[in-house]
Amino acid sequence: MINVENLRHIYANGKVALDDINLEIGDGEFVAVIGTNGSGKSTLAKHFNALLKPTAGKVFVNGIDTADEENLWRVRENVGMVFQNPDNEIVAAIVEDDIAFGPENLGIEPAEIRRRVDLALDTVNMADYKKFSPSKLSGGQKQRIAIAGAVAMLTKIIVFDEPTAMLDPQGRREVLSTIKKLHAQGLTIILITHFMEEAAQADRVVVMEGGKILKIGTPREIFSDVREMKRLGLDVPVASELAARLKLPAGILTAAELAEAIKR
Amino acid sequence: MIDIKNISYTYMEGTPFEKIALREINFSVKEGDFLAIAGHTGSGKSTLIQIIAGLIDLKIGAVEIDGENISTKTARRKIGIVFQYPEYQLFEETVEKDIAFGPKNFGLSEAEISARVDEAMKLVGLDADIKNSSPFELSGGQKRRVAIAGILALKPKYLILDEPTAGLDPRAKKNLLSEIKKLHRAGVTIIFVSHAMEDIAALANRVIVLAQGKILFEGAPRKLFSQTEILNRAGLMPPPVTQLMLELRRAGLNVSTEILTLDEAEREISRLK
Repeated sequence: MINVENLRHIYANGKVALDDINLEIGDGEFVAVIGTNGSGKSTLAKHFNALLKPTAGKVFVNGIDTADEENLWRVRENVGMVFQNPDNEIVAAIVEDDIAFGPENLGIEPAEIRRRVDLALDTVNMADYKKFSPSKLSGGQKQRIAIAGAVAMLTKIIVFDEPTAMLDPQGRREVLSTIKKLHAQGLTIILITHFMEEAAQADRVVVMEGGKILKIGTPREIFSDVREMKRLGLDVPVASELAARLKLPAGILTAAELAEAIKR
Repeated sequence: MIDIKNISYTYMEGTPFEKIALREINFSVKEGDFLAIAGHTGSGKSTLIQIIAGLIDLKIGAVEIDGENISTKTARRKIGIVFQYPEYQLFEETVEKDIAFGPKNFGLSEAEISARVDEAMKLVGLDADIKNSSPFELSGGQKRRVAIAGILALKPKYLILDEPTAGLDPRAKKNLLSEIKKLHRAGVTIIFVSHAMEDIAALANRVIVLAQGKILFEGAPRKLFSQTEILNRAGLMPPPVTQLMLELRRAGLNVSTEILTLDEAEREISRLK
């Protein structure tokens, strides 16, 4: 569970990046955060695992106050992060060593590390590659190794900050299906993305603009207002946009729903 | 005209890490073309554009720019290349200095450099008043435009863009694509590397698909998207709107799947009613 209460963040140059953010993310929820560049999405994400601390207001992760320096490691045991560029996240020369890096730093005993690495490799479907050099992997595979690194820490919450931005369509599909699998296994997922088709898969969508939360709703609610989303410089899934153009009832998200509405 | 003649390229040849990146590539790019190169990560796209720009020396095959080998200075100066995430290469104190860096190295006069900076900024839709700003204070989309302007200030006849919209939000992406379209209309020949099929559909008159270092397809984008087998082999996907039409058809609606834009889709579905 993450609780964000009246969060403000002001950067050293005086820029107000986040302004009075209130948000509650429940256990096992899949929440997508969308907004244009500079809307504050990534700044918000960095507060979830104490990479940034509030200028004012509070962020609690499972009840732990992220502003307290003493809580840093407890926060990070609870929240894992996966970033845009897997090349910046991979540290070791062999896939399984890379995944073991986090647990090793926690001082966990070797047998337990082995168990966690194998579990993580299975989860992201990369067990066949455990002896590979990460440099030999595709973008999607590298990103799945980065995800496995978070899984091996047994964190209950994983924040993904535009994990598919640098990937090709194949890689994007692989990563999104891994995210959905983790969600199905009960993890709490926070996904920052520019791809509306990805956001449409979430339980809830948070729309940000100018450092504020503009709206929170189900994908169906959020993407039914096509004009508003375009005004914000965002997009909607193609099925929603076509439905709006064809003057079909609002709330259509998928091809199957569009087909039904057309037949009617 | 750019002629790519029988190019093959192998990385780390003669070592255990040897990897064939390109095999027997032949094609040409005519003046005024808007050519897209598509393929998944590792298909050889990046190697190919670096070879076209003269950044990798060839052992097999040749690249000719208007009949001249790319190894010559005159040929090389006709080509501009914008890499992925070019904003990481910004380094100067002001936008103006950053854009002027290339032309300065060409040894142009102050007046000419200043004129080129203004023109390049206009071409990418940057406001003249940000000239004295630090490039690092700008938004992601603006930074990228500054980086592209730095290349345009060199007045390349042929411009290679490697996934120019990656990581941009939908609005910045749309704006940048329309600036690229304008550049093309202004007479710059464009080579556009992308795996976003909707962008290729909207902009390119010709597309080359690479897979495992070979050309798998060359032709009009519209022809490509109906060939699902080629797309699958290349690890690509048709534009979202084409995928949607394919799904509608699978759901029993009698619609054409040779649809590339929302306008076409809207018309096609309206026809049913």
